Amino acid sequence: MTKKAQYQRKLKRAAHLLFYKRHRRPGVKGWELRKRLGSDYPKVLGLLDAYLERLDLQIKTAFEGEKPSEKPTLDQMDRGRFFVTIRGGMTPKETKMSGWRIDDVAGLAIAMAFIIAKKGKASRDDVEDLLRDKLPGWRVDINLDRYIRAGYLSQDENRQLYLDWRTRAEVDEKALVDLLLAAESNKKEEAK
Amino acid sequence: MSRKGFTPLSSKKQRKKLGAGHLQRIIDQCKSVEERGLDPFIVDIDDLIAVVRQYFPEWESIDEYSLDSEAINRLASIIKIQSDWVKHRSTSLYTDPFLIEEKLRKLSRERLASLFLNAWHPIIELEQISSYGMIEAIKYWQSLLPLDERWARTGAFKTELGSATRNDLVAERIMAERAFTEELEVLWCELRERVGGNARIAYWDFVGAETYEETSKRAYMTSFLVTYGYATFEIHRLEEEIFIVPFSEPRSLVGKKQAVSIPVEVNFEEWKRWKDSKHA
Repeated sequence: MTKKAQYQRKLKRAAHLLFYKRHRRPGVKGWELRKRLGSDYPKVLGLLDAYLERLDLQIKTAFEGEKPSEKPTLDQMDRGRFFVTIRGGMTPKETKMSGWRIDDVAGLAIAMAFIIAKKGKASRDDVEDLLRDKLPGWRVDINLDRYIRAGYLSQDENRQLYLDWRTRAEVDEKALVDLLLAAESNKKEEAK
Repeated sequence: MSRKGFTPLSSKKQRKKLGAGHLQRIIDQCKSVEERGLDPFIVDIDDLIAVVRQYFPEWESIDEYSLDSEAINRLASIIKIQSDWVKHRSTSLYTDPFLIEEKLRKLSRERLASLFLNAWHPIIELEQISSYGMIEAIKYWQSLLPLDERWARTGAFKTELGSATRNDLVAERIMAERAFTEELEVLWCELRERVGGNARIAYWDFVGAETYEETSKRAYMTSFLVTYGYATFEIHRLEEEIFIVPFSEPRSLVGKKQAVSIPVEVNFEEWKRWKDSKHA
């Protein structure tokens, strides 16, 4: 078998592994990919990512703990989890089709941005207080529980909220903060 | 007799007590910073370490050493939080939390959602059934009764088509005669009329009716009059008297004042006593 044909097979296998949900949590662990694709799986993922770019999709990695500042080592990759996500942004219409109301998305944005600003940890009472500004009171608790169930947030026994695995996989935290900062400066400009 | 080098027992005990108090305060301070997410730099580590060191020679029992080690452990946690704090400040993600909070409060829901959509890249996944799920489904299917048996139990009735008037629905208690808010407004008008120039009316004089059922209904509606700001209660705890004071305009206190619940017992005996006293 030629090298090209070999990689084509690996590419298909990687796509099957990444697209189909096989565990309770979506995504595939690095070591699983190594077992199924071989030790050159980072290269296979790179090729697949380039192919998916045409479809506005990308391969995203969520590392255990903090994101490595430099190029991740093979060991860090093995312990990381790989997903296929949308590459660009979504429109509000697309969000509605996925079952999320605009209120739910705004609530999630508020909770996440607040936790990021509070260094990754905020008390549930403070987040609820902030959400009550934007959502009807009876929905605040329900929405927070929904974000926790979906894996965006987690809560400890002291009612402290943290960002969870799905946020690390799906949300560009820096972009979110930057967009919030820019939004206000735009508003100021409009006022002028 | 020389007293040099002699430490009176009571003074040693006092020092130990004082030291234990200091350590406990250190532990509490560190705990509150940790749990409430306060600025970790309000804890002066050098000073507190000096206090721990000062009392260390006094400790003898296991309990005292445990307290000492707990204080050290708490201080170590604060140092870790301080280090994380510095690390976070040096990253590009650092933004003043108050600034972010202010922005989150100012921006509309729609704007926040549309901003978030630019930073959100949801996972794409396809759900599929596993072999385990398939086995479970087969088991469920095999345990189902045949359709004719299941349908026999349901026992559907065939009825003639007909029409119902609004009055029929009211009689069947499917629809209320008046809308809830309409009913509330009527009761509010009655309350203001009954109060007249007195500004208030005794609770039982207002909710009390000829039947216990009607009394319960009036008490239920009155609770909404108070909750929705149409009236308020004046409670005289010593005399065990409750008065209802109607407002001329409904006042919304939601979010302005701490809401309190006032339990008022409206049982049959109470109603009977009120009715007897009224007819006496």
